[in-house]
Amino acid sequence: MNFVISDLLPVLPEVFVLTMACVILIADLLIRQNDRLVTYMLVQLTLLGCSLIIVGTHENGVVYAFHNMFVDDLMSDILKLFTCLALSMMLVYSRLYLTVRDLFTGEFMVLVLFAMLGMMVMISANHFLTLYLGLELLSLSLYTLVALKRDSSQSIEAAMKYFVLGALASSLLLYGMSMLYGATGTLELGAVTQAIQSGVADKNLLVFGLVFVVSGLAFKLGVVPFHMWVPDVYQGAPTAITMLIGSAPKLSAFAFVARILVEGLQPLVQHWSGMLIILAIASMALGNISAIAQTNIKRMFAYSTITHMGFMLLGLLSGNIEGYGASMFYTVVYVLMSLGAFGMIMLLSREGFEADTLDDFKGLSRRSPWLAFLMLLLMFSMAGVPPTVGFYAKFSVLNAVVQTGHIWLAVIAVLFSLVGAFYYLRIVKLMYFDAPESHTPIAIDSDAALLLSVNCLGVLLLGLLPNALMSACSASVQLSLLLH
Amino acid sequence: MHESNLLSLLIILPTLGAAIIGLAPRNDEWARRIALAFTLLVFVVSLPLWFLFDTSTHEMQFVTRVSWIPAFNVNYAVGVDGISVLLVLLTTLITPLCVLCSWKAIDARVKEYMMAILIMEAALIGVFVSLDLLLFFVFWEAELIPMFLIIGVWGGHRRVYAALKFFLYTMVGSLPMLVAILALYFVGGETFDIQELSKGSYSAMFQFWVFWAFFLGFAIKVPMFPFHTWLPDAHVEAPTAGSVMLASVMLKLGTYGFLRFCLPITPDASHAFAPVILALSLIAIIWGSYMALVQTDLKKLVAYSSVGHMGFVTLGIFVFNPQGIEGALLQMVNHGITTGALFLMVGMIYERTHSRLISDCGGLRMTVPIYVTLLAIFSFASFGLPGTNSFVGEFLVLVGSFKSNLLAGAIALVGVVLTVAYMLWMLQRVVWGESTRKDDVVVTDLNGREIATLMPLLALVFWIGFNPEPFIVRMRVSVEHLLLEVSPVRGARNAVGLNEIALPPKPGSQHAAVANFVAASRTTPADLCLALPCQISNRKQTL
Repeated sequence: MNFVISDLLPVLPEVFVLTMACVILIADLLIRQNDRLVTYMLVQLTLLGCSLIIVGTHENGVVYAFHNMFVDDLMSDILKLFTCLALSMMLVYSRLYLTVRDLFTGEFMVLVLFAMLGMMVMISANHFLTLYLGLELLSLSLYTLVALKRDSSQSIEAAMKYFVLGALASSLLLYGMSMLYGATGTLELGAVTQAIQSGVADKNLLVFGLVFVVSGLAFKLGVVPFHMWVPDVYQGAPTAITMLIGSAPKLSAFAFVARILVEGLQPLVQHWSGMLIILAIASMALGNISAIAQTNIKRMFAYSTITHMGFMLLGLLSGNIEGYGASMFYTVVYVLMSLGAFGMIMLLSREGFEADTLDDFKGLSRRSPWLAFLMLLLMFSMAGVPPTVGFYAKFSVLNAVVQTGHIWLAVIAVLFSLVGAFYYLRIVKLMYFDAPESHTPIAIDSDAALLLSVNCLGVLLLGLLPNALMSACSASVQLSLLLH
Repeated sequence: MHESNLLSLLIILPTLGAAIIGLAPRNDEWARRIALAFTLLVFVVSLPLWFLFDTSTHEMQFVTRVSWIPAFNVNYAVGVDGISVLLVLLTTLITPLCVLCSWKAIDARVKEYMMAILIMEAALIGVFVSLDLLLFFVFWEAELIPMFLIIGVWGGHRRVYAALKFFLYTMVGSLPMLVAILALYFVGGETFDIQELSKGSYSAMFQFWVFWAFFLGFAIKVPMFPFHTWLPDAHVEAPTAGSVMLASVMLKLGTYGFLRFCLPITPDASHAFAPVILALSLIAIIWGSYMALVQTDLKKLVAYSSVGHMGFVTLGIFVFNPQGIEGALLQMVNHGITTGALFLMVGMIYERTHSRLISDCGGLRMTVPIYVTLLAIFSFASFGLPGTNSFVGEFLVLVGSFKSNLLAGAIALVGVVLTVAYMLWMLQRVVWGESTRKDDVVVTDLNGREIATLMPLLALVFWIGFNPEPFIVRMRVSVEHLLLEVSPVRGARNAVGLNEIALPPKPGSQHAAVANFVAASRTTPADLCLALPCQISNRKQTL
């Protein structure tokens, strides 16, 4: 196998992140625990540098590299930029939280960078092997991160569950991929499509393989009935890690699903859209209804994630370009909201105290009106109430669903949104209508609080002017997924 | 079309006021003053809508149109016609009064309260002036958030229950509406423009679904029987200003929706289901009045009277004649004035006695003459004494009902008698009745601020009562145009597919439309579910 130098330009962001991860790993050995901020700044600079390289190496059209194993297009660039942004925000939110818990270590930051590398490879993969490589790099980093708090049995239990179920999902995925390989004789996404279209592939084998691939994807997305790991991991992991799992990886998961199903298996759309309908309805039903019963807010958000991923699938299963664009928009919006929500939990937590039960939000409007207002924006956005951006995310997905004629599906989706509105409203009720249980003052002068304000006001501002992000998503999907 | 940025100003100014209050340091007195200044400013800015309104056209006036989300062909389009102009003015008039009546009553978290009132004003005006369905829906939902907080934070003992019930009830209605809006978008040619959509003609099956989806949203808001159960809870628990906003403006969103969407977009379905809605309206009139008769809580009595009064409005709308609809529109304004005033007065007596029980407020005739006089006038206005505003509105609605349906008119007349009964009985108990209030409660008469709050409403009661013409002339042309859009002629034309051929109105054509629907409603729901997607895809193919 020979490399061409022009192959290296599209992968420059990945090469940069890998190099920096190794450099930081070594540099961190020489840095004392008290100067850990230096490592932190290095990671932030890496993220910034990576975004600049992504913008700098952007080319119009689709560029393939390494014998079509790797693809660089508008969709991958946009998703990678949002990944950098999400991780950078995650680090700002979690710095103080991790510092007081003695978890603000070099290995945390290096593992974040490796997870990021995995996500970027997933986003740009054009080959089953590259997809799997990226996925495993991400997953292995996340398993370790969940267990970061070595002395907490809850974290260890969550990490074990995550690892065992994640390995199971990976094996399902690999099994499905091997069947697809058996049927089509290729692992490259574009070639798989051509092989299916030419009709030489065995239909039964293809559909059988598809079932396993979709199950594997559903595991990774955490949609019902493959959702069991989500609540335990969300609750058991340190909040900073929960935030990491609940934000940036959703972007790469979207790319992962879109690449496999839309780019690779588009000819089988009738088969997979039927499977996705079941997954989506089950997720919206179980996620919304279970979320009502939760008293732990991290667990509640876990079920809310299940619901949101189900809703995101609605856009994909509509099988048209508007639907794919809507799903991408929904994912980006969800990541923004999720960052804000977990950022809020970390901001309210103090040394030796986790603000992770619903009761910790009681009377927040009296303790800190500004934070309560920000949380109010987030909750209404998650519930999909205008004028916040969450409404447009739901709107564009429903739009795609109605366009394909699945009116009944749209009706089911809005009915479950109504159930969802109840538990988001309950948080608003706790914050505004109830009396506070604790009167400990909340410090809101840190960089995290400033970022949180920008994040939540962004949710409102994007709601007033949603056009730019919406058209960026639909344009990138149009360019990237429809070229073959 | 008359272009102007006036309406955008009416939406931006209250938002700006809320932002200023929010950014200013916490000072209750200044929060009140800034809120009052901005609401008064909004009222003054809205006055050109009254003076410069062109009464000779049904076209939208004061229009602004800017592209907002080109990806979905959504525009920021606002404008008023004869149907919405009075409701916008009513909103800008009522909001300063709400600020005034909360001056002393609200003493906790004043800053947030005033911000909520201002944001709500902006959203309510936005609902009335939107010319784009999606913009309308955004405002329609956005207005829920401040009202939810006003009831839940500053309300009475059961405020949390009432606030959640209010919010979830309205959400139940508005989410099917969102699906209907999306379906209209695709069937109507990928546009959210309300006027464009009103011009289209849709198949009976499609109209059936869209009509009921919209109906649910609007009927819950009005509220029509049997969707009214959230209203007494919300009214009783809300602070005075919340009740006034709710009764005077927010309930009108539902009836406005019927006039703006159901009638022009789904005319055949509106005709076909008019008997159902007339029946529900009559039940609301009788039921609301009976419930009002047995209340011992003053605020609940006024709340149930709202159910009855709004029954008159829906009755007037669905008799499809000029008198009925003009009466309904006028009655929407009248109800805003008189019920708003009654809620204000209930709030004023509650501030003194800290009880809303009628018996605790009994026997006031000697101690508070000004209060009793005004209460009497507004109660008379509420049941429609000749010379007051409601007389004109109710009279028009009754004329309209008798014209189209003798039985409906006759039953509505019974409702009028019941209204007189509960209002007079309430008045008798408050003015002359036995008092159960403790001796140490001193009831003082109204102060200058409170009289100033009520004066504008008092003036309107007699202005509309004696000279309704300036009000009716502003709605006349638009109502005539609306009737043309919803006329059976158009319905028959759609049914037989003869486009652009104006058939002479014949008595049978309405029945033809009805027959279509009877046939449609016999098919099973499953058939209908299947039919709708097909229609959308057919439509897409033709595009």
